Amino acid sequence: MEISNTESIPGRTIVQFYGVVTGNTVRAKHIGRDIMAGLKNIVGGELVGYTELLQDSRKEATDRMIEQARSMGANAVVNVRFATSSISQGAAELFAYGTAVKVE
Amino acid sequence: MESGFLQMLELILNFGLPLLLLMVAYFIGAWIERRHLRSIRNREGDNVQFPVVTFDTMPDDWIASSSTLVSGSVVISLDYFKRVIAGLRSLVGGRIKTYEPLLDRARREAMLRMIERARLDGYDAIFNVRLETSRLANSRGDGKGIAGVEMLAFGTAVKFASRFARTS
Repeated sequence: MEISNTESIPGRTIVQFYGVVTGNTVRAKHIGRDIMAGLKNIVGGELVGYTELLQDSRKEATDRMIEQARSMGANAVVNVRFATSSISQGAAELFAYGTAVKVE
Repeated sequence: MESGFLQMLELILNFGLPLLLLMVAYFIGAWIERRHLRSIRNREGDNVQFPVVTFDTMPDDWIASSSTLVSGSVVISLDYFKRVIAGLRSLVGGRIKTYEPLLDRARREAMLRMIERARLDGYDAIFNVRLETSRLANSRGDGKGIAGVEMLAFGTAVKFASRFARTS
């Protein structure tokens, strides 16, 4: 499965379009991480726990999108976009979407 | 004598602690920022030869053999001192100088992580780079919880068909 955030896959041609595929995940923060982040919040700097949490979540959203594309019979996803929204306090939705295509 | 001591203690607890916190935040925060900037500058120097562009199509002289989506992200928080300064600043309006380097650092860090990821996997260049910023909500309703900003950089990394395909 090839994915790209451009309208085509470099060096390939698109032979068939399957439509929009999406993947999402909603994650809440874990209390232990929140306490560490609370301390980090005084001196500033990177919140490593949150960075990892969001990276893992984004990967999961992308994997779900890929899974959907695969089930349609596509072999690539083009024009992938990411979106993040905080739906409630302490929880965030990570969303990935793109167009499933077949390339040669 | 006894009540005088208690009054002193109360004074220290009421004003001394926030002041101490402010000073600790200022010194450690400034140290973390300097260290981070130094690391960013070094790594940017290492990656200066690596082509990263925001064009949505590849430049004509790039001949790609394979491609993938790469991304880099970082979540940063604002230190206590900066938040207090920004709070004061928002009373009179204007430019909040304490926040500007913070966001800049985060964005450059996200870009660097994306580039390092691509280089590690053996890609030769990245195009269609996009940068996104999202604010993480406070975990408490009163605004005192954790506030952070996530920076995400992503783009399409390509491997060149031959090492000399790109004429620079």
